[in-house]
Amino acid sequence: MKEIRWHARAGQGAKTASQLYATARLHEGQSVQAFPEYGPERRGAPLRAYTRIDDKPIRRHDAIMHPDVVVVLEPSLLHEVDVTEGLAPDGIVLLNADTAPASLAGLDVRCVPAARIAGDSKFVNLVLVGALAAVLHDPVDAVADAAIELLGGKVAHDEIRTAVEKGYACLS
Amino acid sequence: MATEARILTGGQAVAEAMRQIDPDVVPMYPITPQTPIIQGFATFVAQGRAHGELVDVESEHSAMSAAIGAALAGARTITATSSQGLALMAEVVYIAASMRAPVVMAVGNRALSGPINIHCDHSDSMLVRDSGAIQLFAENAQEAYDLMLIAPRLAEHPDVLLPVLICQDGFTITHSAEPVVLLEDDVAREFVGEYRIPNSLLDVRYPTTQGPFAMPDYYFELRHQQLAAMQAALPVFEQMASEFYALSGRRYHSVEPYALDGADHAIVCLGSTGGTVKDVVDELRAEGEAVGLLELRSFRPLPRHDVRTALDSIRTVSVLDRADSPGGAPPLFAELAAALHGTEVDLRSFVYGLGGRDLHPEQIRAVFTEDSGAYIGLRGAPCPA
Repeated sequence: MKEIRWHARAGQGAKTASQLYATARLHEGQSVQAFPEYGPERRGAPLRAYTRIDDKPIRRHDAIMHPDVVVVLEPSLLHEVDVTEGLAPDGIVLLNADTAPASLAGLDVRCVPAARIAGDSKFVNLVLVGALAAVLHDPVDAVADAAIELLGGKVAHDEIRTAVEKGYACLS
Repeated sequence: MATEARILTGGQAVAEAMRQIDPDVVPMYPITPQTPIIQGFATFVAQGRAHGELVDVESEHSAMSAAIGAALAGARTITATSSQGLALMAEVVYIAASMRAPVVMAVGNRALSGPINIHCDHSDSMLVRDSGAIQLFAENAQEAYDLMLIAPRLAEHPDVLLPVLICQDGFTITHSAEPVVLLEDDVAREFVGEYRIPNSLLDVRYPTTQGPFAMPDYYFELRHQQLAAMQAALPVFEQMASEFYALSGRRYHSVEPYALDGADHAIVCLGSTGGTVKDVVDELRAEGEAVGLLELRSFRPLPRHDVRTALDSIRTVSVLDRADSPGGAPPLFAELAAALHGTEVDLRSFVYGLGGRDLHPEQIRAVFTEDSGAYIGLRGAPCPA
Protein backbone atom coordinates (compact mmCIF):
# COMPACT_ATOMS: atom_id res chain seq x y z
CA MET A 1 0.00 0.00 0.00
CA LYS A 2 1.15 3.54 -0.80
CA GLU A 3 -0.11 6.39 1.34
CA ILE A 4 0.21 10.02 0.27
CA ARG A 5 -0.52 13.17 2.27
CA TRP A 6 -1.12 16.51 0.54
CA HIS A 7 -0.49 19.84 2.29
CA ALA A 8 -1.94 23.04 0.89
CA ARG A 9 -4.07 26.02 1.72
CA ALA A 10 -7.81 25.63 1.17
CA GLY A 11 -8.54 26.65 -2.41
CA GLN A 12 -5.22 25.49 -3.90
CA GLY A 13 -6.58 22.24 -5.27
CA ALA A 14 -5.12 19.64 -2.90
CA LYS A 15 -8.43 17.77 -2.66
CA THR A 16 -8.67 17.72 -6.45
CA ALA A 17 -5.06 16.51 -6.67
CA SER A 18 -5.74 13.71 -4.18
CA GLN A 19 -8.76 12.50 -6.19
CA LEU A 20 -7.07 13.00 -9.52
CA TYR A 21 -4.11 10.86 -8.60
CA ALA A 22 -6.48 8.22 -7.22
CA THR A 23 -8.46 8.25 -10.47
CA ALA A 24 -5.28 7.67 -12.48
CA ARG A 25 -4.32 4.70 -10.32
CA LEU A 26 -7.87 3.29 -10.50
CA HIS A 27 -7.67 3.33 -14.29
CA GLU A 28 -4.37 1.47 -13.99
CA GLY A 29 -6.21 -1.30 -12.13
CA GLN A 30 -5.38 -0.43 -8.52
CA SER A 31 -7.66 0.10 -5.56
CA VAL A 32 -7.78 3.66 -4.26
CA GLN A 33 -9.19 6.03 -1.66
CA ALA A 34 -8.96 9.84 -1.52
CA PHE A 35 -10.20 12.02 1.30
CA PRO A 36 -9.60 15.50 2.69
CA GLU A 37 -9.30 16.36 6.35
CA TYR A 38 -12.04 18.78 7.30
CA GLY A 39 -11.52 21.53 9.79
CA PRO A 40 -12.75 25.10 9.66
CA GLU A 41 -13.70 25.71 6.03
CA ARG A 42 -12.15 29.00 4.99
CA ARG A 43 -10.04 29.91 2.01
CA GLY A 44 -6.34 30.03 2.85
CA ALA A 45 -6.52 27.81 5.95
CA PRO A 46 -3.98 24.96 6.08
CA LEU A 47 -5.57 21.80 4.73
CA ARG A 48 -4.55 18.17 4.40
CA ALA A 49 -5.80 15.64 1.90
CA TYR A 50 -4.90 11.99 1.51
CA THR A 51 -4.61 9.34 -1.18
CA ARG A 52 -4.33 5.60 -0.52
CA ILE A 53 -3.34 3.17 -3.26
CA ASP A 54 -3.12 -0.61 -3.07
CA ASP A 55 -3.10 -3.66 -5.30
CA LYS A 56 -5.92 -5.27 -3.30
CA PRO A 57 -9.28 -3.72 -2.35
CA ILE A 58 -8.93 -1.03 0.32
CA ARG A 59 -11.34 -1.65 3.20
CA ARG A 60 -9.84 0.36 6.04
CA HIS A 61 -11.24 3.81 6.77
CA ASP A 62 -8.82 5.20 9.33
CA ALA A 63 -6.70 8.31 8.80
CA ILE A 64 -3.24 8.07 7.24
CA MET A 65 -0.68 8.43 10.06
CA HIS A 66 2.56 7.37 8.34
CA PRO A 67 2.54 8.59 4.74
CA ASP A 68 5.09 7.27 2.25
CA VAL A 69 5.03 10.56 0.36
CA VAL A 70 4.15 14.07 1.53
CA VAL A 71 3.34 16.59 -1.21
CA VAL A 72 3.61 20.25 -0.17
CA LEU A 73 1.77 22.57 -2.56
CA GLU A 74 2.35 25.67 -0.49
CA PRO A 75 5.93 26.25 0.79
CA SER A 76 4.86 28.90 3.33
CA LEU A 77 3.17 26.06 5.26
CA LEU A 78 6.63 24.82 6.30
CA HIS A 79 6.61 27.60 8.92
CA GLU A 80 3.12 26.74 10.21
CA VAL A 81 2.64 23.00 9.96
CA ASP A 82 4.89 20.02 10.64
CA VAL A 83 4.61 18.57 7.14
CA THR A 84 6.93 15.68 7.99
CA GLU A 85 4.82 14.50 10.95
CA GLY A 86 4.66 10.69 10.93
CA LEU A 87 6.55 10.43 7.63
CA ALA A 88 7.58 6.83 6.98
CA PRO A 89 11.32 6.15 7.64
CA ASP A 90 12.20 6.08 3.93
CA GLY A 91 9.48 8.60 3.07
CA ILE A 92 9.73 11.29 0.42
CA VAL A 93 8.85 14.98 0.64
CA LEU A 94 7.78 16.49 -2.68
CA LEU A 95 8.02 20.24 -2.31
CA ASN A 96 6.94 23.21 -4.41
CA ALA A 97 10.30 25.06 -4.17
CA ASP A 98 13.63 25.59 -5.95
CA THR A 99 15.72 24.12 -3.16
CA ALA A 100 15.10 22.23 0.06
CA PRO A 101 15.15 24.38 3.20
CA ALA A 102 17.58 23.56 6.01
CA SER A 103 14.64 22.54 8.22
CA LEU A 104 14.17 19.42 6.04
CA ALA A 105 17.88 18.44 6.07
CA GLY A 106 18.45 14.69 6.24
CA LEU A 107 15.17 13.84 4.53
CA ASP A 108 14.60 12.68 0.97
CA VAL A 109 13.28 15.97 -0.42
CA ARG A 110 12.44 16.35 -4.11
CA CYS A 111 11.99 19.96 -5.18
CA VAL A 112 9.88 21.14 -8.09
CA PRO A 113 9.47 24.89 -8.73
CA ALA A 114 5.83 24.18 -9.44
CA ALA A 115 4.55 27.75 -9.08
CA ARG A 116 7.08 28.99 -11.64
CA ILE A 117 6.40 26.07 -14.00
CA ALA A 118 2.66 26.57 -13.72
CA GLY A 119 3.08 30.28 -14.41
CA ASP A 120 -0.10 32.05 -15.36
CA SER A 121 -2.08 28.81 -15.48
CA LYS A 122 -1.71 28.59 -11.67
CA PHE A 123 -2.00 24.78 -11.90
CA VAL A 124 0.51 24.13 -9.13
CA ASN A 125 -1.51 21.06 -8.17
CA LEU A 126 -1.31 19.57 -11.68
CA VAL A 127 2.44 20.19 -11.93
CA LEU A 128 2.95 18.41 -8.61
CA VAL A 129 0.68 15.51 -9.56
CA GLY A 130 2.85 15.08 -12.66
CA ALA A 131 5.98 15.22 -10.50
CA LEU A 132 4.46 12.65 -8.12
CA ALA A 133 3.96 10.27 -11.04
CA ALA A 134 7.68 10.59 -11.78
CA VAL A 135 8.62 9.99 -8.13
CA LEU A 136 6.44 6.86 -7.93
CA HIS A 137 7.42 5.65 -11.42
CA ASP A 138 3.86 5.81 -12.73
CA PRO A 139 3.03 6.53 -16.37
CA VAL A 140 2.46 10.23 -16.93
CA ASP A 141 -0.27 9.64 -19.52
CA ALA A 142 -2.58 7.99 -17.00
CA VAL A 143 -2.29 11.05 -14.75
CA ALA A 144 -2.82 13.52 -17.57
CA ASP A 145 -5.85 11.55 -18.80
CA ALA A 146 -7.33 11.49 -15.28
CA ALA A 147 -6.74 15.25 -14.96
CA ILE A 148 -8.57 15.86 -18.21
CA GLU A 149 -11.37 13.52 -17.07
CA LEU A 150 -11.85 15.51 -13.86
CA LEU A 151 -11.14 19.06 -15.04
CA GLY A 152 -11.53 18.90 -18.81
CA GLY A 153 -15.04 20.30 -18.71
CA LYS A 154 -13.77 23.64 -17.44
CA VAL A 155 -10.18 23.93 -18.69
CA ALA A 156 -8.49 23.47 -22.07
CA HIS A 157 -7.18 19.91 -22.35
CA ASP A 158 -3.80 21.03 -23.74
CA GLU A 159 -3.24 23.29 -20.77
CA ILE A 160 -3.94 20.44 -18.36
CA ARG A 161 -1.69 17.97 -20.18
CA THR A 162 1.15 20.49 -20.42
CA ALA A 163 1.09 21.23 -16.68
CA VAL A 164 1.14 17.53 -15.77
CA GLU A 165 3.88 16.69 -18.29
CA LYS A 166 6.11 19.59 -17.20
CA GLY A 167 5.91 18.42 -13.60
CA TYR A 168 6.70 14.87 -14.66
CA ALA A 169 9.67 15.98 -16.79
CA CYS A 170 11.10 17.87 -13.84
CA LEU A 171 11.75 14.68 -11.81
CA SER A 172 11.99 11.91 -14.37
CA MET B 1 -25.17 -4.85 -16.55
CA ALA B 2 -22.86 -2.59 -14.54
CA THR B 3 -20.81 0.42 -15.51
CA GLU B 4 -17.06 0.74 -14.94
CA ALA B 5 -15.89 1.74 -11.46
CA ARG B 6 -15.73 5.50 -10.93
CA ILE B 7 -14.23 7.54 -8.13
CA LEU B 8 -17.15 8.81 -6.09
CA THR B 9 -17.62 9.96 -2.52
CA GLY B 10 -20.36 8.28 -0.51
CA GLY B 11 -22.40 11.48 -0.84
CA GLN B 12 -21.99 11.54 -4.62
CA ALA B 13 -22.77 7.83 -4.85
CA VAL B 14 -26.07 8.30 -3.01
CA ALA B 15 -26.91 11.32 -5.18
CA GLU B 16 -26.36 9.06 -8.22
CA ALA B 17 -28.72 6.48 -6.68
CA MET B 18 -31.30 9.25 -6.22
CA ARG B 19 -30.87 10.32 -9.85
CA GLN B 20 -31.58 6.75 -10.94
CA ILE B 21 -34.53 6.34 -8.58
CA ASP B 22 -35.77 9.77 -9.72
CA PRO B 23 -38.14 10.35 -6.79
CA ASP B 24 -41.23 12.50 -7.28
CA VAL B 25 -40.59 14.79 -4.31
CA VAL B 26 -37.42 15.72 -2.42
CA PRO B 27 -37.95 18.09 0.52
CA MET B 28 -34.49 19.33 1.44
CA TYR B 29 -32.66 21.27 4.08
CA PRO B 30 -28.84 21.32 4.03
CA ILE B 31 -26.62 20.18 6.87
CA THR B 32 -23.01 19.00 6.96
CA PRO B 33 -22.04 16.25 6.13
CA GLN B 34 -25.09 15.20 4.11
CA THR B 35 -25.19 18.41 2.02
CA PRO B 36 -23.32 16.86 -0.95
CA ILE B 37 -26.21 14.41 -1.29
CA ILE B 38 -28.99 16.96 -1.79
CA GLN B 39 -26.63 19.32 -3.61
CA GLY B 40 -25.70 16.50 -5.97
CA PHE B 41 -29.32 15.60 -6.58
CA ALA B 42 -30.32 19.26 -7.07
CA THR B 43 -27.55 19.54 -9.67
CA PHE B 44 -28.98 16.54 -11.53
CA VAL B 45 -32.42 18.18 -11.51
CA ALA B 46 -30.92 21.46 -12.78
CA GLN B 47 -29.23 19.50 -15.58
CA GLY B 48 -32.51 17.82 -16.50
CA ARG B 49 -31.10 14.41 -15.57
CA ALA B 50 -33.60 13.96 -12.72
CA HIS B 51 -37.12 15.30 -12.53
CA GLY B 52 -38.22 15.32 -8.90
CA GLU B 53 -39.92 18.29 -7.29
CA LEU B 54 -37.37 19.91 -4.98
CA VAL B 55 -39.00 21.55 -1.99
CA ASP B 56 -36.78 24.02 -0.16
CA VAL B 57 -38.11 23.95 3.36
CA GLU B 58 -37.16 26.07 6.36
CA SER B 59 -35.99 23.27 8.67
CA GLU B 60 -35.57 19.52 8.95
CA HIS B 61 -38.79 19.37 10.97
CA SER B 62 -40.53 20.71 7.88
CA ALA B 63 -38.52 18.46 5.57
CA MET B 64 -39.88 15.32 7.20
CA SER B 65 -43.36 16.82 7.54
CA ALA B 66 -43.41 17.59 3.81
CA ALA B 67 -42.02 14.13 3.10
CA ILE B 68 -44.87 12.46 4.99
CA GLY B 69 -47.49 14.47 3.12
CA ALA B 70 -45.92 13.73 -0.24
CA ALA B 71 -45.36 10.03 0.42
CA LEU B 72 -48.94 9.50 1.62
CA ALA B 73 -50.34 11.52 -1.25
CA GLY B 74 -48.78 8.98 -3.60
CA ALA B 75 -45.37 10.41 -4.48
CA ARG B 76 -42.08 8.58 -4.00
CA THR B 77 -40.22 10.81 -1.55
CA ILE B 78 -36.59 10.99 -0.45
CA THR B 79 -34.77 13.35 1.88
CA ALA B 80 -31.45 13.45 3.72
CA THR B 81 -30.09 14.74 7.02
CA SER B 82 -27.42 14.55 9.72
CA SER B 83 -26.96 15.20 13.42
CA GLN B 84 -28.90 18.26 14.62
CA GLY B 85 -31.11 17.96 11.57
CA LEU B 86 -32.15 14.47 12.57
CA ALA B 87 -32.60 15.68 16.14
CA LEU B 88 -34.88 18.49 14.99
CA MET B 89 -36.95 16.13 12.84
CA ALA B 90 -37.03 13.30 15.41
CA GLU B 91 -40.60 14.12 16.46
CA VAL B 92 -41.75 13.81 12.87
CA VAL B 93 -39.75 10.62 12.17
CA TYR B 94 -41.95 8.92 14.77
CA ILE B 95 -45.02 10.25 12.98
CA ALA B 96 -43.74 9.05 9.59
CA ALA B 97 -43.38 5.56 11.04
CA SER B 98 -46.78 5.62 12.73
CA MET B 99 -48.48 6.88 9.57
CA ARG B 100 -46.63 4.15 7.68
CA ALA B 101 -45.13 6.65 5.26
CA PRO B 102 -42.45 4.88 3.16
CA VAL B 103 -40.06 7.85 3.09
CA VAL B 104 -36.44 7.06 2.26
CA MET B 105 -33.81 9.17 3.99
CA ALA B 106 -30.04 9.24 3.53
CA VAL B 107 -28.21 9.94 6.78
CA GLY B 108 -24.63 11.17 6.98
CA ASN B 109 -23.98 10.18 10.58
CA ARG B 110 -22.57 13.00 12.68
CA ALA B 111 -22.17 13.58 16.41
CA LEU B 112 -24.96 15.41 18.19
CA SER B 113 -24.12 18.69 19.88
CA GLY B 114 -22.76 19.63 22.27
CA PRO B 115 -20.12 20.59 22.09
CA ILE B 116 -20.90 21.33 18.47
CA ASN B 117 -18.94 19.05 16.15
CA ILE B 118 -19.28 18.11 12.49
CA HIS B 119 -17.63 14.67 12.47
CA CYS B 120 -18.91 11.14 12.66
CA ASP B 121 -20.43 9.17 15.43
CA HIS B 122 -23.75 7.35 15.61
CA SER B 123 -25.47 9.41 18.31
CA ASP B 124 -27.87 10.92 15.74
CA SER B 125 -29.05 7.49 14.55
CA MET B 126 -29.39 6.29 18.13
CA LEU B 127 -31.60 9.27 18.97
CA VAL B 128 -34.27 7.87 16.61
CA ARG B 129 -33.56 4.26 17.55
CA ASP B 130 -37.10 3.68 18.83
CA SER B 131 -38.93 5.80 16.24
CA GLY B 132 -40.08 2.84 14.17
CA ALA B 133 -37.86 3.79 11.22
CA ILE B 134 -35.70 1.10 9.62
CA GLN B 135 -31.95 1.85 9.81
CA LEU B 136 -29.41 0.19 7.54
CA PHE B 137 -25.68 1.01 7.88
CA ALA B 138 -23.25 1.10 4.94
CA GLU B 139 -19.57 0.24 5.34
CA ASN B 140 -18.37 2.18 2.29
CA ALA B 141 -19.52 4.30 -0.64
CA GLN B 142 -20.46 1.29 -2.77
CA GLU B 143 -22.69 -0.08 -0.03
CA ALA B 144 -24.28 3.33 0.52
CA TYR B 145 -25.21 3.42 -3.18
CA ASP B 146 -26.46 -0.17 -3.22
CA LEU B 147 -28.53 0.14 -0.04
CA MET B 148 -30.03 3.40 -1.31
CA LEU B 149 -31.36 1.54 -4.36
CA ILE B 150 -32.76 -1.25 -2.19
CA ALA B 151 -34.35 1.25 0.24
CA PRO B 152 -37.49 2.22 -1.75
CA ARG B 153 -38.34 -1.44 -2.40
CA LEU B 154 -38.04 -2.19 1.31
CA ALA B 155 -39.90 0.93 2.48
CA GLU B 156 -42.80 0.49 0.04
CA HIS B 157 -43.31 -3.25 0.45
CA PRO B 158 -46.94 -3.77 1.55
CA ASP B 159 -45.83 -5.83 4.58
CA VAL B 160 -43.45 -3.06 5.69
CA LEU B 161 -44.55 0.52 4.78
CA LEU B 162 -42.04 2.22 7.06
CA PRO B 163 -39.44 4.99 6.66
CA VAL B 164 -35.99 3.64 5.75
CA LEU B 165 -32.80 5.42 6.82
CA ILE B 166 -29.64 4.59 4.86
CA CYS B 167 -26.81 5.55 7.18
CA GLN B 168 -23.22 6.24 6.16
CA ASP B 169 -20.44 7.60 8.35
CA GLY B 170 -20.14 11.37 8.00
CA PHE B 171 -16.95 12.52 6.21
CA THR B 172 -15.36 9.06 6.54
CA ILE B 173 -17.73 7.85 3.81
CA THR B 174 -19.77 10.89 2.71
CA HIS B 175 -16.61 12.78 1.69
CA SER B 176 -14.17 9.95 0.97
CA ALA B 177 -13.73 9.12 -2.72
CA GLU B 178 -13.58 5.42 -3.54
CA PRO B 179 -14.25 3.21 -6.55
CA VAL B 180 -18.01 2.76 -6.99
CA VAL B 181 -19.72 0.67 -9.64
CA LEU B 182 -23.17 1.96 -10.61
CA LEU B 183 -25.91 -0.10 -12.20
CA GLU B 184 -26.97 1.01 -15.66
CA ASP B 185 -29.74 3.60 -15.30
CA ASP B 186 -32.46 1.47 -16.89
CA VAL B 187 -31.49 -1.57 -14.80
CA ALA B 188 -31.63 0.50 -11.60
CA ARG B 189 -34.98 2.01 -12.57
CA GLU B 190 -36.49 -1.35 -13.41
CA PHE B 191 -35.26 -2.75 -10.09
CA VAL B 192 -36.81 0.11 -8.11
CA GLY B 193 -40.06 0.06 -10.10
CA GLU B 194 -43.16 2.22 -9.76
CA TYR B 195 -44.30 3.77 -6.48
CA ARG B 196 -47.41 2.11 -5.12
CA ILE B 197 -48.99 2.47 -1.71
CA PRO B 198 -52.27 0.93 -0.57
CA ASN B 199 -54.21 4.05 0.50
CA SER B 200 -53.13 7.16 -1.36
CA LEU B 201 -54.57 10.35 0.10
CA LEU B 202 -55.28 11.64 -3.38
CA ASP B 203 -57.26 8.57 -4.41
CA VAL B 204 -60.71 10.23 -4.36
CA ARG B 205 -62.47 6.97 -5.20
CA TYR B 206 -61.45 5.58 -1.81
CA PRO B 207 -61.24 8.50 0.60
CA THR B 208 -59.29 7.76 3.79
CA THR B 209 -58.56 9.53 7.04
CA GLN B 210 -54.87 9.44 7.96
CA GLY B 211 -53.14 10.36 11.17
CA PRO B 212 -56.19 10.52 13.43
CA PHE B 213 -56.28 10.70 17.21
CA ALA B 214 -55.84 7.34 19.00
CA MET B 215 -56.77 7.12 22.63
CA PRO B 216 -55.98 4.26 25.06
CA ASP B 217 -58.51 2.13 23.21
CA TYR B 218 -56.37 1.94 20.02
CA TYR B 219 -52.89 3.49 20.55
CA PHE B 220 -51.32 0.26 21.83
CA GLU B 221 -52.62 -1.82 18.90
CA LEU B 222 -51.45 0.73 16.32
CA ARG B 223 -47.97 0.86 17.84
CA HIS B 224 -47.92 -2.94 17.88
CA GLN B 225 -48.64 -2.99 14.13
CA GLN B 226 -45.41 -1.04 13.61
CA LEU B 227 -43.61 -3.77 15.50
CA ALA B 228 -45.09 -6.39 13.17
CA ALA B 229 -44.02 -4.31 10.15
CA MET B 230 -40.48 -4.11 11.53
CA GLN B 231 -40.37 -7.88 11.95
CA ALA B 232 -41.61 -8.30 8.38
CA ALA B 233 -38.81 -6.03 7.18
CA LEU B 234 -36.14 -8.68 7.84
CA PRO B 235 -37.37 -11.31 5.34
CA VAL B 236 -38.36 -8.56 2.88
CA PHE B 237 -34.83 -7.13 3.05
CA GLU B 238 -33.33 -10.56 2.40
CA GLN B 239 -35.60 -10.98 -0.61
CA MET B 240 -34.77 -7.54 -2.04
CA ALA B 241 -31.05 -8.07 -1.36
CA SER B 242 -31.27 -11.36 -3.21
CA GLU B 243 -32.90 -9.69 -6.23
CA PHE B 244 -30.24 -6.96 -6.08
CA TYR B 245 -27.52 -9.61 -6.00
CA ALA B 246 -28.85 -11.08 -9.24
CA LEU B 247 -28.35 -7.68 -10.89
CA SER B 248 -25.12 -6.52 -9.27
CA GLY B 249 -23.23 -9.55 -7.94
CA ARG B 250 -23.12 -7.81 -4.56
CA ARG B 251 -24.94 -9.68 -1.79
CA TYR B 252 -26.19 -8.07 1.41
CA HIS B 253 -27.59 -9.62 4.57
CA SER B 254 -29.07 -8.03 7.67
CA VAL B 255 -26.08 -9.44 9.60
CA GLU B 256 -22.81 -10.17 7.83
CA PRO B 257 -20.28 -12.52 9.44
CA TYR B 258 -16.60 -12.23 8.48
CA ALA B 259 -14.18 -15.03 9.43
CA LEU B 260 -16.49 -16.12 12.24
CA ASP B 261 -16.01 -19.87 11.61
CA GLY B 262 -14.04 -21.25 14.52
CA ALA B 263 -13.54 -17.80 16.05
CA ASP B 264 -12.94 -17.51 19.81
CA HIS B 265 -13.27 -13.75 19.82
CA ALA B 266 -15.53 -11.61 17.61
CA ILE B 267 -16.06 -7.89 17.25
CA VAL B 268 -19.54 -6.48 16.51
CA CYS B 269 -19.84 -3.02 14.97
CA LEU B 270 -21.73 -0.73 12.57
CA GLY B 271 -20.60 1.36 9.61
CA SER B 272 -17.19 2.14 8.13
CA THR B 273 -15.29 0.64 11.07
CA GLY B 274 -16.21 -2.81 9.75
CA GLY B 275 -13.74 -2.42 6.88
CA THR B 276 -10.85 -1.55 9.18
CA VAL B 277 -11.76 -4.47 11.47
CA LYS B 278 -11.69 -6.86 8.47
CA ASP B 279 -8.06 -5.89 7.77
CA VAL B 280 -7.12 -6.52 11.41
CA VAL B 281 -8.97 -9.85 11.42
CA ASP B 282 -6.99 -10.95 8.33
CA GLU B 283 -3.69 -9.98 9.99
CA LEU B 284 -4.51 -11.79 13.22
CA ARG B 285 -5.84 -14.86 11.39
CA ALA B 286 -2.52 -15.00 9.50
CA GLU B 287 -0.81 -15.02 12.92
CA GLY B 288 -2.98 -17.95 13.99
CA GLU B 289 -5.45 -16.02 16.17
CA ALA B 290 -9.07 -17.23 15.97
CA VAL B 291 -10.81 -13.87 15.57
CA GLY B 292 -13.73 -12.64 13.47
CA LEU B 293 -16.29 -9.92 12.88
CA LEU B 294 -20.07 -9.64 12.84
CA GLU B 295 -21.14 -6.55 10.98
CA LEU B 296 -24.72 -5.42 11.44
CA ARG B 297 -26.09 -4.12 8.16
CA SER B 298 -29.50 -3.67 9.78
CA PHE B 299 -29.63 -1.96 13.16
CA ARG B 300 -33.41 -1.50 12.98
CA PRO B 301 -34.84 -4.05 12.82
CA LEU B 302 -32.17 -5.69 14.97
CA PRO B 303 -31.87 -9.24 13.56
CA ARG B 304 -31.81 -10.74 17.03
CA HIS B 305 -32.22 -14.36 15.96
CA ASP B 306 -29.43 -14.22 13.36
CA VAL B 307 -27.14 -12.36 15.77
CA ARG B 308 -27.67 -15.05 18.39
CA THR B 309 -27.12 -17.89 15.91
CA ALA B 310 -23.92 -16.28 14.63
CA LEU B 311 -22.42 -15.59 18.06
CA ASP B 312 -23.81 -17.98 20.68
CA SER B 313 -20.91 -20.44 20.48
CA ILE B 314 -18.16 -17.80 20.51
CA ARG B 315 -16.22 -17.39 23.74
CA THR B 316 -15.78 -13.60 23.73
CA VAL B 317 -17.76 -10.94 21.87
CA SER B 318 -16.55 -7.33 21.96
CA VAL B 319 -19.15 -4.76 20.97
CA LEU B 320 -17.82 -1.48 19.54
CA ASP B 321 -20.30 1.36 20.05
CA ARG B 322 -19.85 4.70 18.28
CA ALA B 323 -22.33 6.28 20.69
CA ASP B 324 -22.75 6.23 24.43
CA SER B 325 -25.63 6.41 26.86
CA PRO B 326 -24.64 8.36 29.96
CA GLY B 327 -25.89 6.45 32.97
CA GLY B 328 -26.83 3.38 30.92
CA ALA B 329 -25.42 0.76 28.55
CA PRO B 330 -24.13 1.87 25.13
CA PRO B 331 -26.91 1.18 22.60
CA LEU B 332 -25.35 -1.57 20.46
CA PHE B 333 -24.03 -3.34 23.55
CA ALA B 334 -27.51 -3.30 25.08
CA GLU B 335 -28.90 -4.93 21.90
CA LEU B 336 -26.23 -7.63 21.97
CA ALA B 337 -26.82 -8.30 25.66
CA ALA B 338 -30.51 -8.86 24.91
CA ALA B 339 -29.78 -11.02 21.84
CA LEU B 340 -27.26 -13.21 23.71
CA HIS B 341 -29.18 -13.44 26.99
CA GLY B 342 -28.86 -16.91 28.50
CA THR B 343 -25.75 -17.88 26.50
CA GLU B 344 -22.27 -18.38 27.94
CA VAL B 345 -20.77 -15.63 25.78
CA ASP B 346 -18.37 -13.29 27.58
CA LEU B 347 -19.77 -9.99 26.28
CA ARG B 348 -17.64 -6.83 26.47
CA SER B 349 -18.46 -3.20 25.81
CA PHE B 350 -16.21 -0.64 24.10
CA VAL B 351 -17.01 2.94 23.12
CA TYR B 352 -14.91 4.57 20.39
CA GLY B 353 -14.78 7.34 17.83
CA LEU B 354 -17.10 9.89 19.45
CA GLY B 355 -17.11 13.21 17.60
CA GLY B 356 -15.02 11.77 14.78
CA ARG B 357 -12.05 10.50 16.78
CA ASP B 358 -10.15 8.10 14.56
CA LEU B 359 -9.95 4.35 15.27
CA HIS B 360 -6.63 2.82 14.22
CA PRO B 361 -5.93 -0.82 13.39
CA GLU B 362 -3.59 -1.10 16.42
CA GLN B 363 -6.49 -0.13 18.69
CA ILE B 364 -8.72 -2.81 17.15
CA ARG B 365 -5.90 -5.30 17.58
CA ALA B 366 -5.72 -4.31 21.26
CA VAL B 367 -9.43 -5.16 21.65
CA PHE B 368 -8.74 -8.65 20.30
CA THR B 369 -5.62 -9.14 22.43
CA GLU B 370 -7.49 -7.89 25.52
CA ASP B 371 -5.18 -4.91 25.95
CA SER B 372 -7.78 -2.19 25.42
CA GLY B 373 -9.66 -0.04 27.85
CA ALA B 374 -13.42 0.32 27.52
CA TYR B 375 -13.14 3.81 26.00
CA ILE B 376 -10.85 3.38 23.00
CA GLY B 377 -8.67 6.41 22.28
CA LEU B 378 -9.94 8.43 25.25
CA ARG B 379 -7.24 10.66 26.73
CA GLY B 380 -6.84 10.72 30.50
CA ALA B 381 -8.28 8.26 32.98
CA PRO B 382 -11.84 7.03 32.40
CA CYS B 383 -14.30 7.67 35.19
CA PRO B 384 -14.83 4.76 37.63
CA ALA B 385 -17.22 2.08 36.35
